[in-house]
Order: sequence, then structure tokens, then C-alpha cells
Amino acid sequence: MLSEFPKRIGYDDPLELYLSRLDALLRSDYKISRRALCLLLLQEDKEILEAVKDKEKDKADEIVKIIEEAKAHYAHPISYIISILRQEEATRISNMVMGSKPARNLTFRERISKIMMNPFTGGPILLVVLYYGLYKFVGTFGAGVLVDFLENKVFGNYINPFVTELVTKGIPFKIFQDLLVGEYGIITLGLRYAVAIILPIVATFFFAFAIVEDTGYLPRLAMLVDQLLKKIGLSGRAVIPLVLGFGCDTMATMVTRTLPTKRERIIATLLLALAVPCSAQMGVILALLDKNPIGLIIWLGVILLVFLLVGFLAAKIMPGELPTFYMEIPPLRFPQLSNILRKTASRLKWYFLEIFPIFIFASVLIWAGQITGIFNILVKILEHPIRWIGLPSQAAVSFLFGFFRRDYGAAGLYDLKKAGLLSPNQLVVACVTLTLFLPCIAQLLMNIKERGWRMGMAMSVFILFFSFSVGYLVNLFFNLFGIHL
Amino acid sequence: MLSERAEEILEALWIEIDEHGKKTLDLGASRDDPAVDELIKLGFIRRDADHIHLLEKGKSHALSCVRRHRLAERLLVDVFDIKRKIINEVSCKFEHLLHEDLEDNVCAILGHPKICPHGKSIPPGRCCSEKRDRKLPRFVASVAEMSAKDKGKIAYLQTKDSSQMQKLISIGAVPGVSITLMQKFPSYVFQIGQSQFAIDKQLAQGIYVRLAHK
Repeated sequence: MLSEFPKRIGYDDPLELYLSRLDALLRSDYKISRRALCLLLLQEDKEILEAVKDKEKDKADEIVKIIEEAKAHYAHPISYIISILRQEEATRISNMVMGSKPARNLTFRERISKIMMNPFTGGPILLVVLYYGLYKFVGTFGAGVLVDFLENKVFGNYINPFVTELVTKGIPFKIFQDLLVGEYGIITLGLRYAVAIILPIVATFFFAFAIVEDTGYLPRLAMLVDQLLKKIGLSGRAVIPLVLGFGCDTMATMVTRTLPTKRERIIATLLLALAVPCSAQMGVILALLDKNPIGLIIWLGVILLVFLLVGFLAAKIMPGELPTFYMEIPPLRFPQLSNILRKTASRLKWYFLEIFPIFIFASVLIWAGQITGIFNILVKILEHPIRWIGLPSQAAVSFLFGFFRRDYGAAGLYDLKKAGLLSPNQLVVACVTLTLFLPCIAQLLMNIKERGWRMGMAMSVFILFFSFSVGYLVNLFFNLFGIHL
Repeated sequence: MLSERAEEILEALWIEIDEHGKKTLDLGASRDDPAVDELIKLGFIRRDADHIHLLEKGKSHALSCVRRHRLAERLLVDVFDIKRKIINEVSCKFEHLLHEDLEDNVCAILGHPKICPHGKSIPPGRCCSEKRDRKLPRFVASVAEMSAKDKGKIAYLQTKDSSQMQKLISIGAVPGVSITLMQKFPSYVFQIGQSQFAIDKQLAQGIYVRLAHK
């Protein structure tokens, strides 16, 4: 039956006329149908126009003239005219074969969807998702139970003693023993951090994120927070990289590619680097501020304030197109376990391929830095700003390592806390500063890759000064008001 | 009250000055038109050998003639569904019937449109800036002005920004499709066909819908 219909849409007279005039001028082969090519030309597709100008050198002026003439003929953009004509044709065809029944009552899914998109019920739902997904599942289960099991039981009781003995017996030189199993050894530090601390945290995060993603909740969250994000120069669309940043900022920075304008991409990258703590960091920070709920609230408040303030100021000073928000709201779906596992696995695979070598590399760098004494010099330099924000100079080591991996640094502080070297006040200051402090080396590289050398470095310098300044202010605030947590 | 012919001269004069960047209108065929004398007597225009010039006193009248013509076009296309090709002839007669208060009421039921069906801008009237609700049945409104659960067909897109228009086209919000507004806070959520979309206020102001009446 379909063969009775022409395979192409007939447009109205003037448009067909312009199409045939363009068609007559084109000589080269473009690998797509001539008609499609001419239609794209009339719709001012920049890429196609450049290609055509390039291939039809002597006819280029004439082609541009026809396009200009066609544009002048219509009061509206030609792409608008064409999409209306296509819509009419599509409606005509679908009306011949499709009918629709009058709407029935709302289904269960539609009811849930409405509740999620209602600003009064949507807020509490977000809190529930954050509490169970992030705090309970990632924080308590991933960063607590799993980390404890892997780090203390598996590494502490089995792997570390076993490998240490093997290496000490097998390798004669102390220096090389240290490279593998020393205080900052590849296995005792690099592998342990990567497998026992970071892996369970990001794995639980990616698992929770995949569930949330597959239900179709994220676009609903995006429409809820769009107006809020507009205040900091972003649109609702930015919730996806921002939420992903709570898992891994490096991956989230890559995902900022999905934002439509350069301005939004820069603001999102800056906020991710500065004020969105990744899951590994959060896991350690939750552990550091364990039994210090007021400290946790202060940390959260300061980070949130910095996030909003820096976003607001960046939106004020950054030139460029203001963001617009448009997004499809897909139907809610019940997530499928196989899909979730596949997604989690592929993200973990990416994470490990990217991150694991950096951990090993960082271990080697720290080892080399220790032997050559460069690290001691850097640590000595860092001790000044560290004392300036009221922390013991031992914390300088954590901050330096924090650059190789932010979570490395946080984990270093954890060791200091266990040794009883940090007061609750100092812990809060340290957590705030380290959260804001320079992104890990992987994220620094990603920033440079995505935003270019100048922007990437400028952001890093800004963050370096900014993080210590905020740490200083928090410490000053504690001292001025005589607050002892 | 001005004669129909005088209104048309004022309108042509305004378009020449405001949209074509000229200073005057060629007299041409209206050389011996009594309407020209009518306008001169009122102090709206001044003429020399071949041209007529618009005077300060005639400006608001000229602007209002353009506005009425384009509102008439919108009314015919959006409400009476007259084909675009013949609207000019009909609206030329129709515009003279739209006077003062009627003009603002028509503007209100059309959702205070800013462009005519040919894409030319419609000069805003008093009604466009006032907050007062005229309590008139609405025939056309932008998505931003619709109420939740309102249904209708998209009449046209009104945005000067081509990237915004592209965005609307890309989600299938083009003239002719049926649309139902589901909610309008904190973002506008609507249904087109089997799909739902969320957009911000700026985009919602660009979609004009011919409302279906219950």
C-alpha cells in the first residue's frame, strides 16, 4: 500500500524551485542524496555550506546567492518552514493508519511521575534518594562496611603481611623494598588505596547512580532544579554531571561535554573541581567527621555556600549565551538488574583503566620524591599555608599527596586522626580545605584536556588560593567565636 | 475617524520609514488621492512634489494602523484559520473594523502576539504591558501563559533567536501538533504526542498555542 506514495515529501512551489536551482549547480559527489544536500544548504547547515563552497569553487558565489534569495523570500527561517511542511506530511500519513483512544485515568507510573515533578513532594523525594542512595548505601555500606572488610581484613591481615615478607626476603635492597611495600609502596599504599578504599566506594556509587539513571528520575530532578541552577549560570541539564561528580569528578568533567554552551561547560568544570567532593573523598570525610555531627554540618554548609557563591559570581562575570533548558522526560521505568550491572561494570572498567595506573604512578612519584628529597622540600613549603590555617605541620604531607589523588590526601588525614593528632576543629578546617583544594592529578589532566591549557591552569591556581583562604576563614571563625567542637 | 484609504497611507508610510529605513513615501498612485489631503488637514503628514513625510502628530496613528493590520492578520490566521495566502486581502478590510478598545481585546485573546503571520513585528499596545486581566476567553496563548491541563494546537513559534527555534523544532514543538500543558512550576512540562518535555520560561514564551475549548 505504501508504494502508492512518493518516497519524498513535496515542498511548496518556491522551495522546490530553489531546490532545483541549487541542484543544477552542484557537480561534485557528496555521498549523500542531492536533495538532502540542497535541503541542508537552504537550512544554512554550516558544515555542508563549507564543504560545498570548497568543492564547487567557481559556483560558490551563485550558490550563496540562491540561498540568500530563498531566505529573503520567507519571513521565517527556512528550517522552520521545512519542519512545518514535514510535520504536516507526517501527520497526514499517520492519520491514515493510526487512531487514538481518549485518555484513560492516570496510570500508577504517571502518578509517581507527577509526585516526583511536584516541587513540594519532589524535594523530600530527593532527600530520600540522597539519604538511602548516597549516605546509607555509598557512605555507610560502601565506605564503611566494605572498606573496613577489604582494608583491615583482606589487606591488613593477609595481603600486606604476605607481600611484605615475600618482598623483604626476595629483594635485597631496602630502596626497592620500599618501592613495593614501604610506607608509600606500590602494593601497600597504591594497590591498597585503589582496591580497598576507592573501589568499594565508587562501585557502590556507580551502582546506585545506574539505578537512579535507569528509572528516569534524573530528567525529573533536572526540571525541578532548573531555576535554581540558572542562578549559578547553569541549566537543569547540568544536574547529570554534577550528580555524577559525587561519584567521580574526573568522569563528571568529561560528561560536561553534554552541556550545550561553552559558558556552562566552564562553570560546571570549575564547580566540579572546587566544590563537588567525589565519593572517595566523601567516604573518607564521613569517616573523619564520624561522631562529630556539628562538624559535618559546618563542612556541608561551607561547601554548599562556596558552591553557590562561586557559581553565582562565575555566572555574573562570565560572558556568553545564557543557558536555556529543554529536556525530554522519558516515562518512568523499573530498572533492570542486568542493565544496571552492565553499566556499573563498564564505568568501573573505565575508572580502573584511567585511575589505577595513576595510583601506581603516584606511588612511584612519592617514592622517588622521598628518595631525592624533593618531597621534603615541597612538604616544607606547604607547611606554611598549613600552619596558617591552624593545622599541625604533619598535615602538609596529606595535602601534597592529595594532589596526586584527592582521596589519597583525605585518607592520609584519616591516619593522622587515628594517631590523635587533630582536634575536632582542625578536622573540620582540614576537611573543608581538602575538599576545595586542587583536584586530583587525574582531574587536573581532564580539566586541561577538556578546557585547554590556559583555562585548566587558571582554574587550578584559583582553586589553590581559594581553598586555603576558605580554610583560613573557617579557622578564624572558630577562633574569633571561641568555638570548640 | 480616518477613512480606510488614509489609514492605508499612514500604514504604508510607517513601514517605509520604520522597516525599510527610508525617510519618505513616494506619492505614486495616490497623487490625486483625497485621503492625502485629509491627512494633511489633520496635521499628520506633509507633502512635497513627489513624497509624503510623516509628522510627529501622525506617528501614533500610523503605528496603530500597522498594529491593527497585523493583529487582524493574526486573528484571521489563528482564530478563523484562513489560509496564509489570502490573509492580506481579507485583513486589509478587517483591520479598519478594529478600533481602540476592540484592538486591545483582540490583542488579549490572541495572547499579545509580537509577530504577524509573515514574521513582521507587531507594535505593542497599552494592553501588552498592563497587568489587568481582561476576563476575555483566550483563543491563543503562549505556553508560559497557559494554565496547567490546557490543551491546544501549536499555532506558531515566536522567537527572534534562531538557536532557540532550533531547540523547539528539535523536540517536535512545531506548528500543527497537539500539545497539553501538564505543569508550569518549577519548569513547564508538556506533552506532545506520546512524549513529555520540560522547558524553561524563556522557551515557553516562544510557543503560541491555539487553545482547545472545553
